[in-house]
Amino acid sequence: MLHELGTVASVGLGAVDLGALFPNGVARYAAGGLLVGLGVAVIYLGTGIIAGASTFLESTLSYVSELPRLNRPSFLASRDWRLVFTAGIVLGAFAYTVTLGGGLWTTDVQPWRLFGGGVLVGIGTRLGKGCTSGHGVCGVGSASRTSIVGVATFLAVAAGTAQVVAALGVTP
Amino acid sequence: MTASRHRLFKPVVFLGGLIFGAGLAVSGMTRPEVVLDFLQFEDFGLLFVMDGAAVTTGVVFALAIRARGRAPLTGRAYARRLRSFDRNVLAGGAIFGVGWGLSGICPGAAYASLGTGNLPILWALAGMFLGAYAQGYWRSTREDQATGVPAD
Repeated sequence: MLHELGTVASVGLGAVDLGALFPNGVARYAAGGLLVGLGVAVIYLGTGIIAGASTFLESTLSYVSELPRLNRPSFLASRDWRLVFTAGIVLGAFAYTVTLGGGLWTTDVQPWRLFGGGVLVGIGTRLGKGCTSGHGVCGVGSASRTSIVGVATFLAVAAGTAQVVAALGVTP
Repeated sequence: MTASRHRLFKPVVFLGGLIFGAGLAVSGMTRPEVVLDFLQFEDFGLLFVMDGAAVTTGVVFALAIRARGRAPLTGRAYARRLRSFDRNVLAGGAIFGVGWGLSGICPGAAYASLGTGNLPILWALAGMFLGAYAQGYWRSTREDQATGVPAD
């Protein structure tokens, strides 16, 4: 009886077809996510600072712009360590890529998509108070309702946008 | 601002950045193609990146806050990341969503992507700086009008 139940359960799981949902497995994704969380945790435990990635854009612009919005005290106080954080991100990705990561790599996604999307990412993350790391990792990790609503919003809109773009025949 | 910092402050931030960037490269989020596959519902693996990261930070934040300790390098009390909710969260989230869905890249992943040798990502980074500047310009102007503070 128990054995039969087990068979039914595994057939049920098979019907969901995990292979179709996760064609590349989940191990690499989960390991990467764990490391991203650990990176945030190291900075948090050492300094008490919750580091998101996108504030770097504004705080770095304060070096070259006099705009009051870009020169808020919190940006001026953090712009130097945010440069250090970002340098670490670039070099950490580089170190992995040239050792275990299979070598340097270049995207085929068209430049206009990268640039146009980048402009909207720059506007939206700053207006919306966070990005994938600030809201998605740190905010959700803080059980912040604002961040959960923010993540739900950008995930839903991003999925819709990507599917519309694909349906219009834009590849890649 | 920097004079009184602990000498290990920047090394710890750098170490955290290294791990963060390596994690993004391991996860594949540095590749717009992987993110677009996720957003087109062809590979849901990215859910494990965000969940794995959020669960890790959630556990660490909760334990640190419960211990009521202070960060050794700054003396800061451990706290959660909380932001006030207003319409900007929805409007900004929607604009970010269109940009992420169009490009397949978000800020942290873009920095890391540069480290993987992906030079075309400079287009996205240039766009992000331009977008951040545009909203800074727009909001500086608007806030000046609202408060009467002269622009400088």
